[in-house]
Amino acid sequence: MKEEKEIVSEIMRIVQKYPNKRAAIIPILHIFQEKFGFINSEMEKYIAGILGIPPSSVREVTDFYTMFKRTNLGKYHITICSSISCHLLGSKRIADFIKERLGISPGEVTKDGMFSLEEVSCLGYCDFSPVMMINEEVYGNLTLEKVEKILKELSEVKE
Amino acid sequence: MNGFPKIITQNFDVENAWDIEVYIKSGGYKGLRKALNMKPEEIVEEVKKACLRGRGGAGFPAGVKWGFIPKDVEPKYLCVNADEGEPGTFKDRNILEKDPHRLIEGIVITCYAVGIHKAFIYIRGEWAKIARKLERAIRESEEKGFVGKNILGTDFSLEIIVHRGAGAYICGEETALMESIEGKRGLPRIKPPFPATKGLFGYPTVINNVETLSNIPSIILNGGEWFASLGVPGDGGTRLFAVSGHVEKPGVYELPVGTKLKDIIFNWAGGIKGGRSLKAVFPGGISAPVLTSEEVDIPADYNSLQKIGSMLGSGAIVVMDDTTSMIDVLDRVVSFFHHESCGQCTPCREGTSILNRKIKRIMKGDGYLEDLDLIEEIAKLMVGRCLCPLGEACGLQVATIVKKFKKEIEESLKNRERV
Ligand SMILES: Cc1cc2nc3c(=O)[nH]c(=O)nc-3n(C[C@H](O)[C@H](O)[C@H](O)COP(=O)(O)O)c2cc1C
Ligand code: SF4
Ligand code: FES
Repeated sequence: MKEEKEIVSEIMRIVQKYPNKRAAIIPILHIFQEKFGFINSEMEKYIAGILGIPPSSVREVTDFYTMFKRTNLGKYHITICSSISCHLLGSKRIADFIKERLGISPGEVTKDGMFSLEEVSCLGYCDFSPVMMINEEVYGNLTLEKVEKILKELSEVKE
Repeated sequence: MNGFPKIITQNFDVENAWDIEVYIKSGGYKGLRKALNMKPEEIVEEVKKACLRGRGGAGFPAGVKWGFIPKDVEPKYLCVNADEGEPGTFKDRNILEKDPHRLIEGIVITCYAVGIHKAFIYIRGEWAKIARKLERAIRESEEKGFVGKNILGTDFSLEIIVHRGAGAYICGEETALMESIEGKRGLPRIKPPFPATKGLFGYPTVINNVETLSNIPSIILNGGEWFASLGVPGDGGTRLFAVSGHVEKPGVYELPVGTKLKDIIFNWAGGIKGGRSLKAVFPGGISAPVLTSEEVDIPADYNSLQKIGSMLGSGAIVVMDDTTSMIDVLDRVVSFFHHESCGQCTPCREGTSILNRKIKRIMKGDGYLEDLDLIEEIAKLMVGRCLCPLGEACGLQVATIVKKFKKEIEESLKNRERV
Protein backbone atom coordinates (compact mmCIF):
# COMPACT_ATOMS: atom_id res chain seq x y z
CA MET A 1 0.00 0.00 0.00
CA LYS A 2 2.74 2.40 1.01
CA GLU A 3 4.68 1.32 -2.02
CA GLU A 4 1.76 2.06 -4.32
CA LYS A 5 1.44 5.53 -2.79
CA GLU A 6 5.11 6.16 -3.48
CA ILE A 7 4.77 5.05 -7.07
CA VAL A 8 1.72 7.23 -7.60
CA SER A 9 3.42 10.33 -6.23
CA GLU A 10 6.49 9.60 -8.32
CA ILE A 11 4.25 9.30 -11.38
CA MET A 12 2.52 12.57 -10.62
CA ARG A 13 5.88 14.28 -10.23
CA ILE A 14 6.88 13.02 -13.68
CA VAL A 15 3.60 13.89 -15.38
CA GLN A 16 3.96 17.51 -14.24
CA LYS A 17 7.19 17.94 -16.17
CA TYR A 18 5.59 17.36 -19.56
CA PRO A 19 3.18 19.45 -21.62
CA ASN A 20 0.91 16.42 -21.94
CA LYS A 21 0.38 13.30 -19.92
CA ARG A 22 1.20 10.79 -22.61
CA ALA A 23 4.79 12.01 -22.73
CA ALA A 24 5.29 10.54 -19.27
CA ILE A 25 4.86 6.95 -20.52
CA ILE A 26 8.52 6.06 -21.02
CA PRO A 27 9.76 7.50 -17.72
CA ILE A 28 6.91 5.74 -15.91
CA LEU A 29 7.64 2.45 -17.66
CA HIS A 30 11.26 2.78 -16.52
CA ILE A 31 10.06 2.97 -12.91
CA PHE A 32 8.01 -0.20 -13.29
CA GLN A 33 10.72 -2.04 -15.21
CA GLU A 34 13.28 -1.17 -12.55
CA LYS A 35 10.99 -2.02 -9.63
CA PHE A 36 9.47 -5.25 -10.90
CA GLY A 37 11.91 -6.44 -13.58
CA PHE A 38 9.20 -6.71 -16.24
CA ILE A 39 6.02 -5.05 -17.47
CA ASN A 40 2.81 -7.03 -17.84
CA SER A 41 -0.60 -6.08 -19.16
CA GLU A 42 -1.91 -5.39 -15.67
CA MET A 43 0.71 -2.68 -15.26
CA GLU A 44 0.00 -1.38 -18.73
CA LYS A 45 -3.68 -0.99 -17.86
CA TYR A 46 -2.81 0.67 -14.58
CA ILE A 47 -0.53 3.21 -16.29
CA ALA A 48 -3.09 3.80 -19.04
CA GLY A 49 -5.71 4.50 -16.37
CA ILE A 50 -3.56 7.09 -14.64
CA LEU A 51 -2.67 8.82 -17.90
CA GLY A 52 -6.17 8.63 -19.31
CA ILE A 53 -5.16 6.86 -22.51
CA PRO A 54 -6.08 3.44 -23.94
CA PRO A 55 -3.94 0.50 -22.72
CA SER A 56 -3.03 -0.21 -26.34
CA SER A 57 -1.13 3.10 -26.44
CA VAL A 58 1.02 1.86 -23.58
CA ARG A 59 1.44 -1.56 -25.18
CA GLU A 60 2.72 -0.12 -28.43
CA VAL A 61 5.45 1.60 -26.45
CA THR A 62 6.45 -1.41 -24.32
CA ASP A 63 6.55 -3.45 -27.52
CA PHE A 64 8.78 -1.04 -29.40
CA TYR A 65 11.55 -0.36 -26.90
CA THR A 66 13.97 -3.17 -26.16
CA MET A 67 14.61 -2.16 -22.55
CA PHE A 68 11.05 -3.04 -21.55
CA LYS A 69 10.64 -6.77 -20.91
CA ARG A 70 7.55 -8.90 -20.62
CA THR A 71 9.15 -11.59 -18.52
CA ASN A 72 11.51 -11.45 -15.61
CA LEU A 73 15.23 -11.04 -16.17
CA GLY A 74 17.93 -12.61 -14.05
CA LYS A 75 19.08 -10.85 -10.90
CA TYR A 76 22.08 -9.91 -13.00
CA HIS A 77 21.11 -9.02 -16.55
CA ILE A 78 24.10 -9.16 -18.86
CA THR A 79 23.98 -7.15 -22.08
CA ILE A 80 26.93 -7.79 -24.32
CA CYS A 81 27.68 -5.55 -27.27
CA SER A 82 27.92 -7.30 -30.62
CA SER A 83 28.43 -4.22 -32.81
CA ILE A 84 31.39 -3.54 -35.04
CA SER A 85 34.08 -2.10 -32.74
CA CYS A 86 33.54 -4.73 -30.07
CA HIS A 87 33.31 -7.42 -32.71
CA LEU A 88 36.68 -6.40 -34.15
CA LEU A 89 38.20 -6.88 -30.71
CA GLY A 90 36.76 -10.30 -30.04
CA SER A 91 33.29 -9.82 -28.56
CA LYS A 92 32.08 -13.04 -30.16
CA ARG A 93 34.55 -15.13 -28.19
CA ILE A 94 33.46 -13.38 -25.02
CA ALA A 95 29.78 -13.93 -25.78
CA ASP A 96 30.35 -17.60 -26.59
CA PHE A 97 32.25 -17.99 -23.35
CA ILE A 98 29.44 -16.46 -21.30
CA LYS A 99 26.84 -18.64 -23.01
CA GLU A 100 28.83 -21.75 -22.24
CA ARG A 101 29.73 -20.74 -18.73
CA LEU A 102 26.11 -19.94 -17.81
CA GLY A 103 24.51 -22.57 -20.03
CA ILE A 104 22.05 -20.11 -21.56
CA SER A 105 21.48 -18.43 -24.91
CA PRO A 106 20.56 -14.77 -25.38
CA GLY A 107 17.00 -14.24 -24.18
CA GLU A 108 17.22 -16.92 -21.47
CA VAL A 109 17.57 -16.88 -17.69
CA THR A 110 19.67 -19.34 -15.67
CA LYS A 111 17.65 -21.88 -13.66
CA ASP A 112 18.58 -20.26 -10.36
CA GLY A 113 17.34 -16.92 -11.66
CA MET A 114 20.74 -15.31 -11.14
CA PHE A 115 21.75 -14.42 -14.70
CA SER A 116 20.12 -13.52 -17.98
CA LEU A 117 21.84 -12.66 -21.23
CA GLU A 118 21.14 -10.37 -24.16
CA GLU A 119 23.18 -9.37 -27.20
CA VAL A 120 22.77 -5.67 -27.88
CA SER A 121 23.85 -2.96 -30.30
CA CYS A 122 26.70 -0.54 -29.55
CA LEU A 123 26.59 0.69 -25.96
CA GLY A 124 28.60 3.84 -26.67
CA TYR A 125 31.68 2.55 -24.85
CA CYS A 126 33.77 1.50 -27.87
CA ASP A 127 36.80 3.20 -26.27
CA PHE A 128 36.70 0.15 -23.97
CA SER A 129 35.72 -2.56 -26.47
CA PRO A 130 34.80 -5.32 -25.97
CA VAL A 131 32.13 -4.18 -23.58
CA MET A 132 29.24 -5.57 -21.56
CA MET A 133 26.89 -4.15 -18.99
CA ILE A 134 25.55 -5.98 -15.98
CA ASN A 135 22.45 -4.15 -14.84
CA GLU A 136 23.63 -0.52 -14.76
CA GLU A 137 27.33 -1.30 -14.46
CA VAL A 138 29.73 -1.17 -17.43
CA TYR A 139 32.62 -3.62 -17.86
CA GLY A 140 35.15 -2.88 -20.60
CA ASN A 141 38.37 -4.18 -22.13
CA LEU A 142 36.98 -7.64 -21.53
CA THR A 143 39.09 -10.77 -21.64
CA LEU A 144 37.95 -14.30 -20.90
CA GLU A 145 39.81 -14.18 -17.57
CA LYS A 146 38.15 -10.93 -16.61
CA VAL A 147 34.68 -12.23 -17.46
CA GLU A 148 35.29 -15.43 -15.53
CA LYS A 149 36.29 -13.40 -12.49
CA ILE A 150 33.27 -11.09 -12.71
CA LEU A 151 30.81 -13.97 -13.09
CA LYS A 152 32.42 -15.86 -10.26
CA GLU A 153 32.23 -12.89 -7.92
CA LEU A 154 28.59 -12.24 -8.73
CA SER A 155 27.65 -15.90 -8.30
CA GLU A 156 29.17 -15.84 -4.84
CA VAL A 157 27.32 -12.77 -3.66
CA LYS A 158 24.37 -14.04 -1.70
CA GLU A 159 22.11 -11.73 0.15
CA MET B 1 49.20 18.03 -25.19
CA ASN B 2 48.83 18.34 -28.96
CA GLY B 3 49.44 22.07 -29.33
CA PHE B 4 45.99 22.64 -30.83
CA PRO B 5 43.42 24.70 -28.97
CA LYS B 6 41.06 22.62 -26.90
CA ILE B 7 37.44 23.53 -26.59
CA ILE B 8 35.39 20.51 -25.72
CA THR B 9 38.12 18.60 -23.92
CA GLN B 10 39.77 21.52 -22.11
CA ASN B 11 38.54 20.13 -18.78
CA PHE B 12 38.94 16.43 -19.52
CA ASP B 13 42.17 16.29 -17.55
CA VAL B 14 40.89 18.50 -14.74
CA GLU B 15 40.00 16.44 -11.72
CA ASN B 16 36.28 16.45 -10.86
CA ALA B 17 35.42 18.92 -13.62
CA TRP B 18 31.85 17.61 -13.43
CA ASP B 19 31.62 19.39 -10.07
CA ILE B 20 30.10 22.83 -10.58
CA GLU B 21 32.63 24.55 -8.30
CA VAL B 22 35.51 23.12 -10.29
CA TYR B 23 33.82 24.09 -13.54
CA ILE B 24 33.29 27.66 -12.37
CA LYS B 25 36.89 27.91 -11.17
CA SER B 26 38.09 26.90 -14.63
CA GLY B 27 36.15 29.79 -16.17
CA GLY B 28 32.81 28.03 -16.48
CA TYR B 29 29.55 29.98 -16.98
CA LYS B 30 31.50 33.08 -18.08
CA GLY B 31 30.15 32.51 -21.57
CA LEU B 32 26.63 32.59 -20.19
CA ARG B 33 27.24 35.83 -18.31
CA LYS B 34 28.57 37.40 -21.48
CA ALA B 35 25.69 36.03 -23.58
CA LEU B 36 23.04 37.44 -21.26
CA ASN B 37 24.49 40.88 -21.94
CA MET B 38 24.16 40.38 -25.68
CA LYS B 39 21.04 40.59 -27.81
CA PRO B 40 19.70 37.17 -28.78
CA GLU B 41 20.16 38.02 -32.49
CA GLU B 42 23.80 38.85 -31.87
CA ILE B 43 24.37 35.39 -30.46
CA VAL B 44 22.77 33.71 -33.46
CA GLU B 45 24.96 35.88 -35.72
CA GLU B 46 28.09 34.89 -33.82
CA VAL B 47 27.26 31.19 -34.14
CA LYS B 48 26.62 31.65 -37.86
CA LYS B 49 30.02 33.31 -38.20
CA ALA B 50 31.58 30.38 -36.36
CA CYS B 51 30.50 27.99 -39.14
CA LEU B 52 29.65 25.48 -36.44
CA ARG B 53 28.22 22.46 -38.22
CA GLY B 54 26.15 19.93 -36.34
CA ARG B 55 28.18 17.16 -34.72
CA GLY B 56 25.36 14.61 -34.66
CA GLY B 57 25.75 13.33 -38.19
CA ALA B 58 24.08 15.52 -40.78
CA GLY B 59 26.41 18.51 -40.32
CA PHE B 60 23.85 21.27 -40.71
CA PRO B 61 25.15 24.75 -39.68
CA ALA B 62 23.81 25.36 -36.17
CA GLY B 63 23.34 29.13 -36.46
CA VAL B 64 21.37 28.76 -39.68
CA LYS B 65 19.14 26.14 -38.05
CA TRP B 66 18.41 28.47 -35.13
CA GLY B 67 17.59 31.23 -37.59
CA PHE B 68 14.70 29.18 -39.00
CA ILE B 69 12.78 29.30 -35.73
CA PRO B 70 9.82 31.69 -35.90
CA LYS B 71 9.94 34.39 -33.22
CA ASP B 72 6.24 34.83 -32.63
CA VAL B 73 5.22 31.23 -31.84
CA GLU B 74 5.09 30.02 -28.23
CA PRO B 75 6.12 27.66 -26.80
CA LYS B 76 9.34 26.64 -28.49
CA TYR B 77 11.49 23.72 -27.44
CA LEU B 78 15.09 22.57 -27.51
CA CYS B 79 15.88 18.88 -27.87
CA VAL B 80 19.41 17.90 -26.94
CA ASN B 81 20.37 14.74 -28.74
CA ALA B 82 22.29 12.53 -26.29
CA ASP B 83 21.08 9.27 -27.76
CA GLU B 84 24.54 8.37 -29.10
CA GLY B 85 23.89 4.94 -30.58
CA GLU B 86 25.84 4.96 -33.82
CA PRO B 87 28.27 2.01 -33.57
CA GLY B 88 31.75 3.41 -33.03
CA THR B 89 30.55 6.65 -31.42
CA PHE B 90 31.30 7.50 -27.79
CA LYS B 91 32.29 11.16 -27.82
CA ASP B 92 29.08 12.56 -26.31
CA ARG B 93 29.35 10.12 -23.44
CA ASN B 94 32.82 11.46 -22.69
CA ILE B 95 31.43 15.00 -22.53
CA LEU B 96 28.49 13.98 -20.34
CA GLU B 97 30.74 12.11 -17.93
CA LYS B 98 33.64 14.54 -17.74
CA ASP B 99 32.25 18.02 -18.35
CA PRO B 100 28.43 18.11 -18.15
CA HIS B 101 28.32 21.78 -17.17
CA ARG B 102 29.84 22.78 -20.51
CA LEU B 103 26.81 21.21 -22.15
CA ILE B 104 24.40 22.81 -19.69
CA GLU B 105 25.97 26.22 -20.27
CA GLY B 106 25.68 25.70 -24.01
CA ILE B 107 22.03 24.75 -23.61
CA VAL B 108 21.19 27.87 -21.59
CA ILE B 109 22.91 30.18 -24.08
CA THR B 110 21.18 28.49 -27.01
CA CYS B 111 17.76 28.77 -25.39
CA TYR B 112 18.34 32.42 -24.55
CA ALA B 113 19.38 33.09 -28.16
CA VAL B 114 16.32 31.39 -29.65
CA GLY B 115 13.77 32.31 -26.98
CA ILE B 116 13.18 28.84 -25.57
CA HIS B 117 12.04 28.14 -22.01
CA LYS B 118 11.98 24.36 -21.94
CA ALA B 119 14.74 21.99 -23.03
CA PHE B 120 14.71 18.20 -23.10
CA ILE B 121 17.91 16.20 -22.99
CA TYR B 122 17.15 12.86 -24.63
CA ILE B 123 19.75 10.45 -23.27
CA ARG B 124 19.98 6.82 -24.25
CA GLY B 125 18.20 4.50 -21.85
CA GLU B 126 21.16 2.29 -20.99
CA TRP B 127 22.99 5.24 -19.45
CA ALA B 128 20.87 5.42 -16.31
CA LYS B 129 23.85 6.32 -14.15
CA ILE B 130 25.00 9.11 -16.44
CA ALA B 131 21.43 10.44 -16.57
CA ARG B 132 21.29 10.65 -12.77
CA LYS B 133 24.63 12.49 -12.66
CA LEU B 134 23.37 14.87 -15.31
CA GLU B 135 20.24 15.56 -13.29
CA ARG B 136 22.42 16.33 -10.32
CA ALA B 137 24.51 18.73 -12.38
CA ILE B 138 21.34 20.51 -13.52
CA ARG B 139 20.15 20.82 -9.91
CA GLU B 140 23.51 22.31 -8.96
CA SER B 141 23.31 24.88 -11.72
CA GLU B 142 19.76 25.71 -10.64
CA GLU B 143 21.01 26.36 -7.14
CA LYS B 144 23.61 28.76 -8.53
CA GLY B 145 21.01 30.56 -10.64
CA PHE B 146 22.33 29.45 -14.04
CA VAL B 147 19.19 27.43 -14.79
CA GLY B 148 15.59 27.93 -13.67
CA LYS B 149 13.62 31.10 -13.03
CA ASN B 150 15.19 34.50 -13.72
CA ILE B 151 18.60 33.28 -14.68
CA LEU B 152 21.34 35.43 -13.08
CA GLY B 153 18.76 38.05 -12.23
CA THR B 154 17.49 38.55 -15.77
CA ASP B 155 13.91 37.91 -16.85
CA PHE B 156 15.01 34.85 -18.83
CA SER B 157 13.86 31.49 -17.43
CA LEU B 158 14.63 27.97 -18.54
CA GLU B 159 13.70 24.50 -17.36
CA ILE B 160 15.89 21.54 -18.38
CA ILE B 161 14.44 18.04 -18.31
CA VAL B 162 16.42 14.83 -18.67
CA HIS B 163 14.45 12.25 -20.62
CA ARG B 164 15.78 8.69 -20.89
CA GLY B 165 15.24 6.62 -24.02
CA ALA B 166 14.70 2.89 -23.79
CA GLY B 167 16.97 1.10 -26.21
CA ALA B 168 16.21 2.05 -29.80
CA TYR B 169 18.93 3.42 -32.08
CA ILE B 170 16.35 4.97 -34.41
CA CYS B 171 15.34 7.42 -31.67
CA GLY B 172 18.57 9.30 -32.42
CA GLU B 173 16.95 10.41 -35.67
CA GLU B 174 15.57 13.84 -34.85
CA THR B 175 11.88 13.33 -35.58
CA ALA B 176 11.82 9.81 -34.10
CA LEU B 177 13.36 11.37 -31.00
CA MET B 178 10.47 13.82 -30.78
CA GLU B 179 7.92 11.05 -31.22
CA SER B 180 9.69 9.19 -28.44
CA ILE B 181 9.57 12.14 -26.03
CA GLU B 182 5.86 12.45 -26.83
CA GLY B 183 5.44 8.91 -25.49
CA LYS B 184 5.10 7.09 -28.78
CA ARG B 185 7.04 4.54 -30.76
CA GLY B 186 10.17 6.05 -32.30
CA LEU B 187 9.05 6.25 -35.90
CA PRO B 188 10.68 8.95 -38.02
CA ARG B 189 8.27 11.53 -39.40
CA ILE B 190 7.96 12.50 -43.03
CA LYS B 191 9.63 15.87 -43.65
CA PRO B 192 8.47 18.55 -44.29
CA PRO B 193 7.24 19.90 -41.98
CA PHE B 194 10.66 20.35 -40.42
CA PRO B 195 11.15 20.53 -36.65
CA ALA B 196 11.88 24.27 -36.90
CA THR B 197 8.24 24.88 -37.74
CA LYS B 198 6.49 21.80 -36.36
CA GLY B 199 8.63 19.80 -33.97
CA LEU B 200 8.11 18.54 -30.45
CA PHE B 201 4.40 18.52 -29.48
CA GLY B 202 3.81 20.32 -32.78
CA TYR B 203 5.78 23.43 -31.83
CA PRO B 204 8.93 25.00 -33.30
CA THR B 205 11.89 22.99 -32.06
CA VAL B 206 15.66 23.24 -32.25
CA ILE B 207 17.46 19.92 -32.08
CA ASN B 208 21.20 19.75 -31.60
CA ASN B 209 23.79 17.20 -30.65
CA VAL B 210 25.63 17.25 -27.29
CA GLU B 211 28.99 18.15 -28.84
CA THR B 212 27.46 20.87 -31.03
CA LEU B 213 26.00 22.65 -27.99
CA SER B 214 29.12 22.17 -25.87
CA ASN B 215 30.99 24.41 -28.31
CA ILE B 216 28.69 27.36 -27.71
CA PRO B 217 30.24 28.79 -24.51
CA SER B 218 33.68 29.06 -26.14
CA ILE B 219 32.22 30.60 -29.30
CA ILE B 220 30.55 33.30 -27.22
CA LEU B 221 33.69 33.96 -25.19
CA ASN B 222 36.18 33.99 -28.07
CA GLY B 223 34.01 34.98 -31.00
CA GLY B 224 32.70 33.25 -34.08
CA GLU B 225 35.63 34.25 -36.27
CA TRP B 226 38.11 32.67 -33.91
CA PHE B 227 36.16 29.41 -33.98
CA ALA B 228 35.78 29.42 -37.75
CA SER B 229 39.53 29.98 -38.19
CA LEU B 230 40.31 26.73 -36.37
CA GLY B 231 38.71 24.54 -39.03
CA VAL B 232 38.38 24.68 -42.79
CA PRO B 233 36.29 27.21 -44.74
CA GLY B 234 32.60 26.66 -43.98
CA ASP B 235 33.33 24.05 -41.32
CA GLY B 236 34.76 25.61 -38.19
CA GLY B 237 36.27 24.54 -34.92
CA THR B 238 37.59 21.28 -33.63
CA ARG B 239 35.99 17.86 -33.54
CA LEU B 240 35.99 15.08 -31.08
CA PHE B 241 37.15 12.15 -33.14
CA ALA B 242 36.22 8.86 -31.50
CA VAL B 243 38.68 6.23 -32.69
CA SER B 244 37.99 2.56 -32.08
CA GLY B 245 38.69 -0.90 -33.43
CA HIS B 246 42.17 -2.08 -34.37
CA VAL B 247 44.23 0.85 -33.09
CA GLU B 248 46.81 0.97 -30.33
CA LYS B 249 45.09 3.77 -28.43
CA PRO B 250 41.33 3.89 -28.87
CA GLY B 251 39.72 7.02 -27.44
CA VAL B 252 38.53 10.53 -28.18
CA TYR B 253 40.91 13.04 -29.78
CA GLU B 254 39.99 16.69 -30.12
CA LEU B 255 41.60 17.98 -33.30
CA PRO B 256 40.88 20.77 -35.78
CA VAL B 257 38.24 20.02 -38.39
CA GLY B 258 40.16 19.01 -41.49
CA THR B 259 42.91 17.05 -39.75
CA LYS B 260 43.99 14.22 -42.04
CA LEU B 261 42.28 10.93 -41.35
CA LYS B 262 45.65 9.25 -41.73
CA ASP B 263 47.13 11.42 -38.98
CA ILE B 264 44.28 10.70 -36.62
CA ILE B 265 44.71 6.97 -37.04
CA PHE B 266 48.49 6.71 -37.22
CA ASN B 267 49.67 9.58 -35.03
CA TRP B 268 47.00 10.30 -32.49
CA ALA B 269 45.49 6.85 -32.06
CA GLY B 270 48.91 5.19 -32.11
CA GLY B 271 48.58 3.34 -35.39
CA ILE B 272 47.34 -0.14 -36.10
CA LYS B 273 47.28 -2.58 -33.23
CA GLY B 274 50.16 -5.03 -33.00
CA GLY B 275 52.02 -3.42 -35.92
CA ARG B 276 49.65 -4.92 -38.47
CA SER B 277 48.52 -2.96 -41.48
CA LEU B 278 45.40 -0.98 -42.26
CA LYS B 279 42.69 -2.50 -44.38
CA ALA B 280 39.55 -0.40 -44.09
CA VAL B 281 37.95 2.47 -42.16
CA PHE B 282 34.45 3.68 -41.41
CA PRO B 283 35.18 7.41 -41.13
CA GLY B 284 31.90 8.39 -39.46
CA GLY B 285 30.40 5.43 -37.70
CA ILE B 286 28.87 2.37 -39.28
CA SER B 287 26.62 4.58 -41.44
CA ALA B 288 29.57 6.17 -43.27
CA PRO B 289 30.52 4.23 -46.43
CA VAL B 290 33.75 2.31 -46.00
CA LEU B 291 37.14 3.65 -47.13
CA THR B 292 40.06 1.48 -48.17
CA SER B 293 43.59 2.00 -46.86
CA GLU B 294 44.39 3.95 -50.04
CA GLU B 295 41.70 6.51 -49.27
CA VAL B 296 42.69 7.71 -45.80
CA ASP B 297 45.05 10.47 -46.90
CA ILE B 298 42.16 12.91 -46.75
CA PRO B 299 41.11 15.81 -44.52
CA ALA B 300 38.42 14.83 -42.03
CA ASP B 301 35.80 17.45 -42.77
CA TYR B 302 32.28 17.22 -44.15
CA ASN B 303 32.95 18.26 -47.72
CA SER B 304 36.16 16.30 -48.29
CA LEU B 305 34.59 13.03 -47.23
CA GLN B 306 31.40 13.71 -49.10
CA LYS B 307 33.41 14.24 -52.26
CA ILE B 308 34.72 10.69 -52.14
CA GLY B 309 31.29 9.20 -51.48
CA SER B 310 31.48 8.85 -47.72
CA MET B 311 30.75 11.12 -44.78
CA LEU B 312 32.21 12.44 -41.55
CA GLY B 313 28.94 11.71 -39.74
CA SER B 314 29.42 11.70 -35.99
CA GLY B 315 33.22 11.66 -36.26
CA ALA B 316 33.50 8.03 -35.21
CA ILE B 317 36.48 6.39 -36.88
CA VAL B 318 36.29 2.61 -36.88
CA VAL B 319 39.60 1.08 -37.90
CA MET B 320 39.96 -2.40 -39.39
CA ASP B 321 43.30 -4.17 -39.88
CA ASP B 322 44.40 -6.68 -42.51
CA THR B 323 43.14 -9.65 -40.50
CA THR B 324 39.55 -8.40 -40.76
CA SER B 325 37.16 -10.48 -42.80
CA MET B 326 34.93 -8.19 -44.83
CA ILE B 327 32.12 -10.70 -45.02
CA ASP B 328 32.17 -10.64 -41.23
CA VAL B 329 32.00 -6.85 -41.32
CA LEU B 330 29.12 -7.03 -43.77
CA ASP B 331 27.33 -9.33 -41.35
CA ARG B 332 27.83 -6.89 -38.44
CA VAL B 333 26.61 -3.97 -40.56
CA VAL B 334 23.49 -5.73 -41.80
CA SER B 335 22.68 -7.29 -38.43
CA PHE B 336 22.77 -3.87 -36.87
CA PHE B 337 20.52 -2.15 -39.39
CA HIS B 338 18.15 -5.09 -39.52
CA HIS B 339 17.79 -5.04 -35.76
CA GLU B 340 17.40 -1.27 -35.56
CA SER B 341 15.11 -0.66 -38.54
CA CYS B 342 11.85 0.74 -37.19
CA GLY B 343 9.93 -1.21 -39.81
CA GLN B 344 7.87 1.74 -40.92
CA CYS B 345 8.76 1.77 -44.62
CA THR B 346 8.97 -1.19 -46.95
CA PRO B 347 12.35 -0.72 -48.70
CA CYS B 348 14.16 -0.61 -45.36
CA ARG B 349 12.10 -3.20 -43.48
CA GLU B 350 12.18 -5.77 -46.31
CA GLY B 351 15.61 -4.77 -47.59
CA THR B 352 17.38 -5.20 -44.27
CA SER B 353 15.49 -8.40 -43.64
CA ILE B 354 16.43 -10.02 -46.97
CA LEU B 355 20.04 -8.84 -46.64
CA ASN B 356 20.22 -10.26 -43.16
CA ARG B 357 18.83 -13.64 -44.21
CA LYS B 358 21.19 -13.89 -47.16
CA ILE B 359 24.28 -12.98 -45.19
CA LYS B 360 23.42 -15.19 -42.24
CA ARG B 361 23.10 -18.06 -44.71
CA ILE B 362 26.49 -17.27 -46.22
CA MET B 363 28.00 -17.11 -42.74
CA LYS B 364 26.69 -20.58 -42.07
CA GLY B 365 28.38 -21.85 -45.23
CA ASP B 366 25.10 -22.27 -47.02
CA GLY B 367 25.33 -19.51 -49.62
CA TYR B 368 25.97 -19.31 -53.34
CA LEU B 369 28.28 -17.03 -55.29
CA GLU B 370 25.25 -15.48 -57.00
CA ASP B 371 23.93 -14.34 -53.61
CA LEU B 372 26.47 -11.57 -53.76
CA ASP B 373 24.88 -10.07 -56.87
CA LEU B 374 21.51 -10.16 -55.20
CA ILE B 375 22.89 -8.52 -52.07
CA GLU B 376 24.39 -5.75 -54.15
CA GLU B 377 21.19 -5.30 -56.13
CA ILE B 378 18.96 -5.09 -53.06
CA ALA B 379 21.34 -2.70 -51.35
CA LYS B 380 21.32 -0.40 -54.36
CA LEU B 381 17.55 -0.61 -54.56
CA MET B 382 17.26 0.69 -51.01
CA VAL B 383 19.21 3.86 -51.80
CA GLY B 384 16.90 6.76 -52.61
CA ARG B 385 13.76 4.91 -51.58
CA CYS B 386 13.78 4.94 -47.79
CA LEU B 387 11.87 7.29 -45.55
CA CYS B 388 14.79 8.16 -43.30
CA PRO B 389 18.60 8.05 -43.45
CA LEU B 390 18.82 4.70 -41.60
CA GLY B 391 17.68 2.63 -44.55
CA GLU B 392 19.63 4.82 -46.95
CA ALA B 393 22.81 4.35 -44.93
CA CYS B 394 22.36 0.59 -44.85
CA GLY B 395 21.91 0.36 -48.61
CA LEU B 396 24.85 2.61 -49.37
CA GLN B 397 27.17 0.94 -46.88
CA VAL B 398 26.43 -2.58 -48.08
CA ALA B 399 26.76 -1.60 -51.74
CA THR B 400 30.07 0.14 -51.02
CA ILE B 401 31.56 -2.74 -49.05
CA VAL B 402 30.62 -5.20 -51.78
CA LYS B 403 32.00 -2.92 -54.48
CA LYS B 404 35.31 -2.17 -52.79
CA PHE B 405 35.98 -5.65 -51.44
CA LYS B 406 34.32 -7.79 -54.05
CA LYS B 407 37.28 -10.05 -54.77
CA GLU B 408 37.79 -10.91 -51.15
CA ILE B 409 34.13 -11.51 -50.47
CA GLU B 410 33.83 -13.70 -53.56
CA GLU B 411 36.79 -15.74 -52.40
CA SER B 412 35.40 -16.26 -48.94
CA LEU B 413 32.04 -17.11 -50.48
CA LYS B 414 33.64 -19.73 -52.68
CA ASN B 415 35.33 -21.19 -49.65
CA ARG B 416 32.13 -21.23 -47.68
CA GLU B 417 29.90 -22.35 -50.53
CA ARG B 418 28.35 -25.71 -49.97
CA VAL B 419 29.67 -28.42 -52.29
C1 LIG C 1 19.18 6.69 -37.61
C2 LIG C 1 19.75 7.97 -37.10
C3 LIG C 1 20.32 8.03 -35.84
C4 LIG C 1 20.84 9.21 -35.34
N1 LIG C 1 21.39 9.21 -34.10
C5 LIG C 1 21.87 10.37 -33.60
C6 LIG C 1 22.41 10.42 -32.29
O1 LIG C 1 22.46 9.42 -31.58
N2 LIG C 1 22.87 11.61 -31.83
C7 LIG C 1 22.81 12.75 -32.58
O2 LIG C 1 23.20 13.80 -32.11
N3 LIG C 1 22.30 12.73 -33.82
C8 LIG C 1 21.82 11.58 -34.35
N4 LIG C 1 21.28 11.59 -35.60
C9 LIG C 1 21.20 12.86 -36.33
C10 LIG C 1 19.94 13.63 -35.93
O3 LIG C 1 18.87 13.23 -36.77
C11 LIG C 1 20.10 15.13 -36.10
O4 LIG C 1 20.61 15.40 -37.35
C12 LIG C 1 21.02 15.78 -35.08
O5 LIG C 1 20.67 15.43 -33.78
C13 LIG C 1 20.97 17.27 -35.21
O6 LIG C 1 21.90 17.88 -34.35
P1 LIG C 1 23.21 18.62 -34.90
O7 LIG C 1 22.76 19.50 -36.04
O8 LIG C 1 23.73 19.37 -33.76
O9 LIG C 1 24.12 17.55 -35.38
C14 LIG C 1 20.78 10.39 -36.12
C15 LIG C 1 20.22 10.33 -37.40
C16 LIG C 1 19.71 9.14 -37.88
C17 LIG C 1 19.11 9.13 -39.24
S1 SF4 D 1 14.24 3.86 -43.41
FE1 SF4 D 1 14.07 2.17 -41.92
S2 SF4 D 1 14.34 3.18 -39.95
FE2 SF4 D 1 13.87 4.80 -41.44
S3 SF4 D 1 11.64 5.04 -41.37
FE3 SF4 D 1 12.05 3.51 -42.96
S4 SF4 D 1 11.92 1.56 -41.85
FE4 SF4 D 1 12.12 3.12 -40.30
S1 FES E 1 30.65 -1.23 -30.65
FE1 FES E 1 30.51 -2.13 -28.68
S2 FES E 1 30.27 -0.41 -27.36
FE2 FES E 1 30.31 0.46 -29.35
